[in-house]
Amino acid sequence: MTKTSFSNLQPEYLALVDHNKCVRCKRCIQNCGWGTYSFGGDKILADHSKCVACGRCYTYCPEGAISIVKNPTVIRENANWKENLVQNIWRQSETGGIIISGMGTTFKYKKYFDHILLDACQVTNPSIDPLREPMELRTYLGKKPAKLDLGMDENGEPVLKSKMPPQIELQTPFVFGAMSYGSISLNAQKAIALAARALGIVMNTGEGGLHDDLVPFGKNIIVQVASGRFGVHRDYLNSGIAVEIKIGQGAKPGIGGHLPGEKIGLDISRTRMIPVGTDAISPAPHHDIYSIEDLRQLIYAIKEATDYEKPVSVKVAAVHNIAAIVSGIVRAGADIVYIDGYTGGTGAAPNIVRDHVGLPIELALAQVDERLREEGIRNEASIIAAGSIRSSADAVKAIALGADAVAIGTAALIVMGCHVCGKCNTGNCSWGITTQRPELVRRLDPEVYGERLYNLISAWSHEIQEVLGAMGVNSIESLRGSRERLRGVELTDAELKALGIKHAGL
Amino acid sequence: MMTIDAAGMPYKELNKQIREGIAKGIKKFFLENVNGQYYIGDGIKGDDVIININGTPGNDLGAFMDGPTLIVNNNAQDNIGNTMNSGKIIVKGDAGDVVGYGMRGGRIYIFGNAGYRVGIHMKGYNEQLPVIIIGGKVGSFFAEYMAGGVIVLLGLNNTEPDGEYFASGMHGGTIYIRKNIDFSKYSKEVEFIQADENDMNFLKKYLMEYSDSFNISAEEILGSSFYKITPSSARPYAHLYTSA
Amino acid sequence: MLRIKNKFNAERDISGCGLCGIINAKKVKTNGSDIKKAISVEHDRGNGLGGGFAVYGNYPDYAELYAFHIMYDNLSAKTDVETYLKNNFIIEKEEPIATLRTSKIYDHPYLHRYFIKPKTDRQDKLFHELGDDDFVVNSVMLINQNYDGAYVFSSGKNMGAFKGVGYPEDIADFYKLEEIEGYMWTAHNRFPTNTPGWWGGAHPFTLLDWSIVHNGEISSYGINKRYLEMYKYNLALRTDTEVITYILDLLIRKHRLPIRLALTVLASPFYQNIDKMDSGRKELYTALRQIYGSALLNGPFAIVFGYLGGMVAMNDRIKLRPLVAASAGDFTYVASEEAAIKAICPFPDIIWSPKAGEPVIVEFEEKKVPQKGEMIRL
Repeated sequence: MTKTSFSNLQPEYLALVDHNKCVRCKRCIQNCGWGTYSFGGDKILADHSKCVACGRCYTYCPEGAISIVKNPTVIRENANWKENLVQNIWRQSETGGIIISGMGTTFKYKKYFDHILLDACQVTNPSIDPLREPMELRTYLGKKPAKLDLGMDENGEPVLKSKMPPQIELQTPFVFGAMSYGSISLNAQKAIALAARALGIVMNTGEGGLHDDLVPFGKNIIVQVASGRFGVHRDYLNSGIAVEIKIGQGAKPGIGGHLPGEKIGLDISRTRMIPVGTDAISPAPHHDIYSIEDLRQLIYAIKEATDYEKPVSVKVAAVHNIAAIVSGIVRAGADIVYIDGYTGGTGAAPNIVRDHVGLPIELALAQVDERLREEGIRNEASIIAAGSIRSSADAVKAIALGADAVAIGTAALIVMGCHVCGKCNTGNCSWGITTQRPELVRRLDPEVYGERLYNLISAWSHEIQEVLGAMGVNSIESLRGSRERLRGVELTDAELKALGIKHAGL
Repeated sequence: MMTIDAAGMPYKELNKQIREGIAKGIKKFFLENVNGQYYIGDGIKGDDVIININGTPGNDLGAFMDGPTLIVNNNAQDNIGNTMNSGKIIVKGDAGDVVGYGMRGGRIYIFGNAGYRVGIHMKGYNEQLPVIIIGGKVGSFFAEYMAGGVIVLLGLNNTEPDGEYFASGMHGGTIYIRKNIDFSKYSKEVEFIQADENDMNFLKKYLMEYSDSFNISAEEILGSSFYKITPSSARPYAHLYTSA
Repeated sequence: MLRIKNKFNAERDISGCGLCGIINAKKVKTNGSDIKKAISVEHDRGNGLGGGFAVYGNYPDYAELYAFHIMYDNLSAKTDVETYLKNNFIIEKEEPIATLRTSKIYDHPYLHRYFIKPKTDRQDKLFHELGDDDFVVNSVMLINQNYDGAYVFSSGKNMGAFKGVGYPEDIADFYKLEEIEGYMWTAHNRFPTNTPGWWGGAHPFTLLDWSIVHNGEISSYGINKRYLEMYKYNLALRTDTEVITYILDLLIRKHRLPIRLALTVLASPFYQNIDKMDSGRKELYTALRQIYGSALLNGPFAIVFGYLGGMVAMNDRIKLRPLVAASAGDFTYVASEEAAIKAICPFPDIIWSPKAGEPVIVEFEEKKVPQKGEMIRL
């Protein structure tokens, strides 16, 4: 079909320049990765259709001359035909494409974390002062035997008879979620690596291989093996603290990945070990895993290749039958299960999947933890909960529902300036995060944002300590799975049952 | 040299002995009475290590392998050469499904037939050029997502590929087919040409090595005509998506 | 209607308390008047809604039999339970538990005791290969959960619990403890926080020969309970004491941990201290926390527990509840308050406050078991 140049699409935002304040320094032109601004001879011009409201221009405008506003022009809508539905129909009729976006869903589903209240001590048991008394957040991820295997030394003192399975030691129950080099920039990965090391936690390579510059951070890195096997080789498997098999992702369960060839420059090509300029396609399934016993086969292929020294994590998206799936994963030999809820982020996913597939992490986590306990195998694997952990409160609630640790993805990008515009797939990120354009990547200083990431997680950790103290416990393991300390508000009986908590007041 | 009687031995023990042997500097291994042990050669390193296998090795033979040579004197099972980086796997019988998944380098020579999904997501990188040569036929989804490297189907003993949906999403690498070819079995994302002299010169060393591995004559094979199949684009899905 | 079971709409039944214990390492026996005197000094730590005692060595003539103390709030429950017992146990002797009519305890269940042992050909054997101890535990849980109006409050060998709703000194009179002799005693005075008190909920809580008295509200109850449920413990009572007992049962009886290590699980050292240990101990204590983190008792507690081999007293790892210990000759005393000990032993050899999380363990010197009937008074 011949394409017409005429488009029905309307700009979502208007980039307004106050020409009285503007000194024509052209910083906005430089800063905008989208090409919104240009210089018209005597003043700055704005192409509104390119603006995504990423906030870069007004943050860096020295005169405060820019404001970004929602386009006041009405696209006629009603309760059924919302503006974005109409715009998407135009978009697809003009291109014939599958609509894709970055970040997590923008749909307004119920956020269960916001309907859970925490307990605190009053009189009958005391709260503990977290600033002046010990308050332990240290967390170990990995398989724990059901019981201690004890022997005696020559003095008759008990000693450990068999070595513990390998564990990841975290100084606070956070990990950075998997974000590959390719989906984000190397500078963004470096900022995360610096923070992970300073915090005593771990980051995750995602399916993008391990860049040489990150090799020294190995003790703070989980290396991922996904269906495309990019950058996966023997030494890679042994270069991190643990290996993760990625089955799925909350934003796009059941969907593969696709890093377009134009993002595969020399450096990414080296890291992923593929030629420059070819698409990096991750198949939807692992083609060596079509069944649960195949997962076991891959888990042990990795354990053999790493001489049983690395815990193996399996990352899955929260889907309807998640409890049974995770039970199978644990029985297949996974040491850690990473569960990603449907609000989790992505570098790119078809909107139909991102917005309509999956399960809230709160419900998935509650069901998984309960199921593993019923089966008596909760100790066999640690659980990482992910999928839009937005605050320390979300983290505390996730841990009380049964998670060993939570993963931070989008929040970490927000630290680096991300305004959650959801255009990661385009590679134009003005903040230098989800782009490979050198002039944009360069502006993200790993040292500066490494420190800010450190600040955020430290602050959240202190907040968790405050809450633990209020609850009268001084170790995170006394909160983990302690649903008795949670109550629901504005939840139905079915929701309360799925979460395994009581309604407030009961 | 080290001979291991693998009869009844769990794979963990067998592979541990191999790893320990390699660490001690042993170069040549003979595994006797192998039957179903998984992960032989998994993650091992060393270009001059040769492991001779008698019996039927289990799945994931040579997974993540980086250098050594595995010689299987019988049939092999599924997932051989999974994500292999370099080295050589020689199978004197048939191989199962998913041969060379995500393979980045090294060679897999199979005398007989291979199953479904051969060479899926195989990729080359820099100097590394993975090569699979299969003497017999292959099943469906052969070379799906192929991103690099070389696969050669010889069709010896008058075998024809009996699967379909070949080379879907192929966006790199080269396939060579000896004998007739049923174009309808291949995806629209590939192009066919007759292999020329340059191609044959390129293939020669691999085909010679293949023939030597199985003590068969290279002449007949080298004298045949081959089709060469390459992807039309390194970006097969460039127009599939539109940004919200 | 008598309350022998927890029928209150509360997820947990919690309480503040006072406690004490007496043990003679050479198994010299005393009667119940000392322990009564000691616990009565702690009168104000309770509120009259629960008092109780455990005594060891009180059934020497039936030392090889499980002594079941069962409370009934109606006689048909008794008939039902006895049918179950007869089908599965050999009942060597049964009798009402002797009580004294007293105006202080004006309302009480019918109290009966049975000296029994599991039959070798019990029906249960068709399905399971449980040992006798496990079968007894299962039977206790079964009766307590499924038999309305019946509650087993003691099930060990050569020991017994005596408890009810009331102040402990009145409960002592009610059960005529001055006529009972034992070489180890524990006592409890209860202040329930969120229920009006019920007979079964008084301490000690017992299981086989474990008996626990406890002070404080465990802040980690939620996860302690879910951890035990994974090992098929049925936490019917919803009390902290029940949780502690089952954790000890799991660690010591089922996982075979030495008592001292099991106690380390309840009040584990902080990581900053573990990190300073030599490598072998560091490995052991780290593993202990990694494996048993969900069994850590977090929050305030002081416990005294008795078992066939001795007595242990300890408190939580940041000492949120009081505990005092003293020894005089072969006797060791523990209590919430020093005054309780001084009331019965004015001049102990030593008296001390155990450090946070450091257990006081007194084990019987088995080689010097005194003759039956031999006893002394202070």
